[in-house]
Amino acid sequence: MNVVPINTTRASHSVSVRDLTLSFGSLTVLGNLNLDIHDGEFLVLLGSSGCGKSTLLNCIAGLLEPTEGQIFIKDKNVTWEEPKDRGIGMVFQSYALYPQMTVEGNLSFGLKVAGMAKEEIAKRIARAAEILQIEPLLQRKPAALSGGQRQRVAIGRALVRDVDVFLFDEPLSNLDAKLRSELRVEIKRLHQQLKNTMIYVTHDQIEALTLADRIAIMKSGVIQQLADPITIYNRPNNLFVAGFIGSPSMNFLRGELVEEGGRTVFRTNNVSFSLEGYETSEPLIAGRKVVLGVRPEHIKVDGDLAGEEAHEAVVDIEEPMGADNLIWLKLAGHTISVRVGGARRYAIGAQVRLGFDMTMASLFDAGTEERI
Amino acid sequence: MAQSTPSARPNQLFRNLNSKIASIPMIFVALVIFLGGSIWTIVYSFTNSRLLPRANFVGFDQYERLWASSRWIISIQNLAIYGILSLIFSLVVGFVLAALMDQKIRFENVFRTIFLYPFALSFIVTGLVWQWILNPDFGIQGIVRSLGWETFEFNPIYDADIVIYGILIAGLWQGTGLVMCLMLAGLRGIDEDIWKAARVDGIPMWRTYIFIVIPMMRPVFITTLVIIGAGIVKLYDLVVAQTSGGPGNASEVPAKYVYDYMFQAQNLGQGFAASTMMLVTVAIIIIPWAYLEFGGRKRG
Amino acid sequence: MADVSTLNTAAIGNDAARNRLSAGPRGKKPKKTLSRRNIMLYGILGLAALYYLLPLYVMVVTSLKGMPEIRLGNIFSPPVEITFEPWVKAWAQACTGLNCDGLSRGFWNSVQIMVPSVIVSIFVASVSGYSLANWRFKGSELFFSILIIGAFIPYQVMIYPIVIILREMGVYGTLTGLIIVHTIFGMPILTLLFRNYFASLPEELFKAARIDGAGFWQIYGRIMLPMSLPIFVVAMILQVTGIWNDFLFGVVFTRPDTYPMTVQLNNIVNSVQGVKEYNVNMAATLLTGAVPLIVYFVSGRLFVRGIAAGAVKG
Repeated sequence: MNVVPINTTRASHSVSVRDLTLSFGSLTVLGNLNLDIHDGEFLVLLGSSGCGKSTLLNCIAGLLEPTEGQIFIKDKNVTWEEPKDRGIGMVFQSYALYPQMTVEGNLSFGLKVAGMAKEEIAKRIARAAEILQIEPLLQRKPAALSGGQRQRVAIGRALVRDVDVFLFDEPLSNLDAKLRSELRVEIKRLHQQLKNTMIYVTHDQIEALTLADRIAIMKSGVIQQLADPITIYNRPNNLFVAGFIGSPSMNFLRGELVEEGGRTVFRTNNVSFSLEGYETSEPLIAGRKVVLGVRPEHIKVDGDLAGEEAHEAVVDIEEPMGADNLIWLKLAGHTISVRVGGARRYAIGAQVRLGFDMTMASLFDAGTEERI
Repeated sequence: MAQSTPSARPNQLFRNLNSKIASIPMIFVALVIFLGGSIWTIVYSFTNSRLLPRANFVGFDQYERLWASSRWIISIQNLAIYGILSLIFSLVVGFVLAALMDQKIRFENVFRTIFLYPFALSFIVTGLVWQWILNPDFGIQGIVRSLGWETFEFNPIYDADIVIYGILIAGLWQGTGLVMCLMLAGLRGIDEDIWKAARVDGIPMWRTYIFIVIPMMRPVFITTLVIIGAGIVKLYDLVVAQTSGGPGNASEVPAKYVYDYMFQAQNLGQGFAASTMMLVTVAIIIIPWAYLEFGGRKRG
Repeated sequence: MADVSTLNTAAIGNDAARNRLSAGPRGKKPKKTLSRRNIMLYGILGLAALYYLLPLYVMVVTSLKGMPEIRLGNIFSPPVEITFEPWVKAWAQACTGLNCDGLSRGFWNSVQIMVPSVIVSIFVASVSGYSLANWRFKGSELFFSILIIGAFIPYQVMIYPIVIILREMGVYGTLTGLIIVHTIFGMPILTLLFRNYFASLPEELFKAARIDGAGFWQIYGRIMLPMSLPIFVVAMILQVTGIWNDFLFGVVFTRPDTYPMTVQLNNIVNSVQGVKEYNVNMAATLLTGAVPLIVYFVSGRLFVRGIAAGAVKG
């Protein structure tokens, strides 16, 4: 897996992580991790808490020392460089504004420490304040700001540093849902305007899907899949990614591949599903234990069916969610969820017919949990 | 291609250098004073140093002399009496006061201020005040006698048999406020719902305290015990102020024995041996606690 | 059978419910004040308060009486004739050995010892605590553990080695020497206090400052210090009372003309020469206790927080 002899493609990489390992005693947080981030790319590190995503970001920032491996920013080996010399700016979840300084003081602190000329500092603060629309707040203390304003100032502090790479550590997690979606849009706009490289850590898949050029999904210190949001969503690499992305989550049916009428089909609890239309990367061999994954919106109900294979199911419970209606059904001994339009209602116990859209389905090996 | 050569890990000694420089005083105190000083004293307790420390080793001579000295035996007995009684009384009184304070009373701040102020005073002040209050002619004994009970005897300043209890009274006066405060903090840390549940179940309050609350406060009790225990071994100023170790040597304590032999009798070896015994006493208190507190945590 | 019996009890239950509704609440309405429980509660607390206040009262009363009145009356009776002479005498004329310039000398000695000791010990310990909380290095926690365990070692065990070290440095018996001693023995508790406080501050603030390029001392001075005033006040209270009340180090590490107030007080009161002047003694005792008492009454809750922090180790 350790790839890439050094070649010229490196030049277009803004941040490169090579064989990075970080362990605390016997506990390995990051194991031999490789990651290349293009110039101007918006990369999201996604995973649940404790997966190592923030640790990786802290290593890139220079706030944690790696045990093994190298880190390059703009083709410069910064593995042992001080954070301030790496050409990065960072935005934290708790905003981390210096409480005793005004907004202006917060923005200028780093520049003053670096010994920058007064006029230059003023110029940069003015520019950042304009971009983030925080000019009226400059003389206030952080305590007098709302959560959204604080986060803007925190972004401003990264902005004035005039750096190539922005690091975001769960910047929106402390905000309420409405503000979060507002600032999400603003961060996206900021990225389009500045065209900097941005590395963004989050546990929120909506943020990841909406913001990212590419998403790296992490689990136990290992990147599970690195791809654009559409690929991650539709063609998950393994069972973990499939289950992690999507809400309500993907339906999983455990079963095996069997020969039936000259074709390989998926069979679970004596019910067979045709796999017609499924794109496979390897031949489907009968007898293999597999897991079939189908998203709730990729299952057709009754009237939507257009003559394809269909199965009987019984409505178990209904969860109206406004725009959509999520129905839970019993099918071949499994409980599965199906997303239908909000207007369509089903009585509990009703019999319906379901058809799976196999072009959008995923098939995983039951043992390795890898995509077939 | 320059970037391909892995940059070498910088010398670990110079990483975080400012932090290491800033920690020099701490490292010095920990290693040289606390660790080194203790070892030095233990080593020299096996010598016959008198006015100046001399590395002339004489085995356990100093310890034999120490345990043959009646003054040391009295010191140990006094410390045992004072220690056991002050542990019991300060825990009981401190807890009872804290429990009373926890009844959502009015003027809680006033009471707390009154119970705790003696802790702000030095042992010297404490000892001198109680020396005066317990003065046989003008203090409690004198007053009771002047009220008509001519034969009343309560003279813990000059009566060798009870002098240590006089010191105990003063010590408790000074220290129980602290125990009360710690206990009160422990009581406040207990979930309100426990009380509600006990009330709904109809459990009487005293039973709730004994069977539910006190077991829950185990960590607070242990911490308090260790604090009082470590303080007891250091008992010195109070005795010096209140009785100067008298009458005779009836109220001598180990810490005073050490000081007198080191700085007045010019018998350093004796002082070192006695202070090593104090260290052993503290170790007997601390090691089981440290084992329970830190050894158990690793496994649990 | 079973059905019938449940039906019956249900009916009875209904009746009872109706009765209860018409009869109003059961049991006595609890009285708010002056219940037997409250009398007990406040009675015990009041008695305890009396025990704690008694010595302070005795000190004040005795110090305001003349010697003839003390010899006649009892120690609890209020002064018939209030005199401040004992206070004047205690402050300016009381004798220790050959010196007869009162406690004032000890007071100023204590001030001279306390002020630099408080400053130096707090500075050293806060920097150590900051270094332990934010800039850990290999072994730093081990040194800290030794330091904390050391807090339990009786002073007597370490005093003589310190005497030797100070003598070698040429500062034994000087003010500098005593400042060093107070810094050493204040270190475990203060370092713990500061370490825990700095560790409780958001770590991201520290990270942000590092990204901003601030170094060890810049973060300490410009980020941490301004955020930590309360804990510095707590440490100050702890040290002011602790150093003012110290006796042992004063005796061992100073000479008679630089004795702190506690040592001088003890020498005045327990001197064997001359007639015992109890009123002067009590005035002197009150004067010595005044500084920590004022700190205590002024600081109130912070004092409690300070000793709780100092007491609850680990």
